[in-house]
Amino acid sequence: MEKESLFSAKNLKLLTDPLGRSNPVTVLVLGVCSALAVTVKLEPAVVMAISVTVVVAVSNAIMSALRSTIPNRIRIIVQLVVVSLLVILVDQVLRAFAYDVSKQLSVFVGLIITNCIVMGRIEAFALGNKPWPSFIDGIGNGLGYGLVLVAVAFVRELLGSGTLWGYRVIPSSFYIANGGVYENNGLIILPPMALILLGIIIWIQRSRSKNTVKS
Amino acid sequence: MKAIRNFFDNIRPGFEKGGRLHFLHSTFEAFESLLFVPKTVTSGGCHVRDAIDLKRTMTVVIMALAPALLFGIWNVGFQRYLSINQEVGFWSIFLYGLEKVLPMLAVSYIVGLGIEFASAQIRGHEVNEGFLVSGILIPMVMPPDVPLWMLALATAFAVIIGKEVFGGTGMNIFNPALLARAFVFFSYPSHISGDAIWIGGLSKGVGVVDGFSGATPLARALAGHLPFSAMEVEKMFWGFIPGSVGETSTAAILLGAALLILTGVGSARIMLSVAAGGYLTGLLFNLIGGSAYMSIPAYQHLIMGGFAFGAVFMATDPVTASQTKSGKWIYGFLIGAMAVVIRVLNPAYPEGMMLAILFMNAFAPLIDHCVVQVNIGRRLKRAKQAVQKV
Repeated sequence: MEKESLFSAKNLKLLTDPLGRSNPVTVLVLGVCSALAVTVKLEPAVVMAISVTVVVAVSNAIMSALRSTIPNRIRIIVQLVVVSLLVILVDQVLRAFAYDVSKQLSVFVGLIITNCIVMGRIEAFALGNKPWPSFIDGIGNGLGYGLVLVAVAFVRELLGSGTLWGYRVIPSSFYIANGGVYENNGLIILPPMALILLGIIIWIQRSRSKNTVKS
Repeated sequence: MKAIRNFFDNIRPGFEKGGRLHFLHSTFEAFESLLFVPKTVTSGGCHVRDAIDLKRTMTVVIMALAPALLFGIWNVGFQRYLSINQEVGFWSIFLYGLEKVLPMLAVSYIVGLGIEFASAQIRGHEVNEGFLVSGILIPMVMPPDVPLWMLALATAFAVIIGKEVFGGTGMNIFNPALLARAFVFFSYPSHISGDAIWIGGLSKGVGVVDGFSGATPLARALAGHLPFSAMEVEKMFWGFIPGSVGETSTAAILLGAALLILTGVGSARIMLSVAAGGYLTGLLFNLIGGSAYMSIPAYQHLIMGGFAFGAVFMATDPVTASQTKSGKWIYGFLIGAMAVVIRVLNPAYPEGMMLAILFMNAFAPLIDHCVVQVNIGRRLKRAKQAVQKV
């Protein structure tokens, strides 16, 4: 068999496809719950995106390596063990090195285990492919998830708090309380608006590329 | 009349296919059919033919809104001069109100119609008439001091997210005007709740009489300053109280309700059942007792705040209400009941009408589904019995 290079065109496609035309959030509509919960501010959104990327990529690689040794009937339980191990590791690392963000994310780090993207990619990809492409696929899907998360969080933090990454972007003299005319939008901080923003992103994507629309 | 007709006929070629202004053809059509009876009529099929079309229906609603709107404009001025303790003539009062309300009307129409016309043009549809009414309703459910850019943003949100994404007029799940209000309510709570914003200019506090409070009857009731005196009840009925622009006068709203019912445009079932729901829930609270608010006479719930306005103009929206006859009774009754429950029991929301209507909007299709299923079941049973007899 011909040896394939690590970054062949096929493997690169695994990395870039989930960013756009097969994005896990906007096209497959997976992992939406956490997209609503952690996107009030940019910083937790980015940390969440990195955590999910790590978990998806590594669990994909491990499951792919184990795929021929696991009996098919108990594969879900094995997947759960692997994923929960990784989630606990990520949680411990966050608590050690980024305690504030870890507190903001609270339960949602632990809930990565229930993020449909993780199980979805293992079932749909890792169980039928070699470890390296599975790893790349995990990175790609994690980044695709992160892209949407960051886009939603950008809008929500900017309009909801007037800041980006905690730094004030809209000058405080603009606010009505200080004699200006502007006011932060309270609705955008509430979960429904995250859902609406996500809907708008999907709307834009589908109107631009017809191949994501079911006939 | 003839001159206008000729004018339209003269400029028509420019808007037809191939004409220079074809890209504005739906705008042309909108204005033409606003002034004249449209040329295209149903030609085949099994449609019910009727002289009235959507535009005329909307015109009737606007006429029905006129008393409440005119009174509202006057009341904005009246409350203002009351708060600074000045006695001025009728026209200065009315003029102050116009100064406040006209910009609100203009903003809501320009933003809303702008989006409607643009989306009709993009889709290649005719312009829908729905916004003719929403454009008036939106300013009427806002406090007079709401910043205009918030109004513009709320209107845009209601029209795009509330209506156009579902496919335009007739497809929306929620009442667009109430959606606009809900947007302001949750986005900028300090501009649509509290005591200072219901009277024009009060929040700036210039020249206001010492100790003057702009609290609405609802806010007073929630704070427990009860009961209302007979004179205050009378004031609430006629509408000499602070509040959103169009909601204060139950009398003016009843005039509009009469027109809507006479012309058959608004559903009397819904109006009656909302009132019944509110009244009976009020009575229920009277029985329970407990707090001063629970024991106010039940009829006072119907004349406070936006109850009457919501019942007559918001709950009856033909698109978002239940479509079946018995569904309308259920839908209306639950709106009235829920509005009073929210008012009395939830300290965070002095007025429950908006939330009650939006909530029931979401349930209207379910109510209709159940009514239809029950009816199908009943008729099947009847048919079965008939077969058995034979």
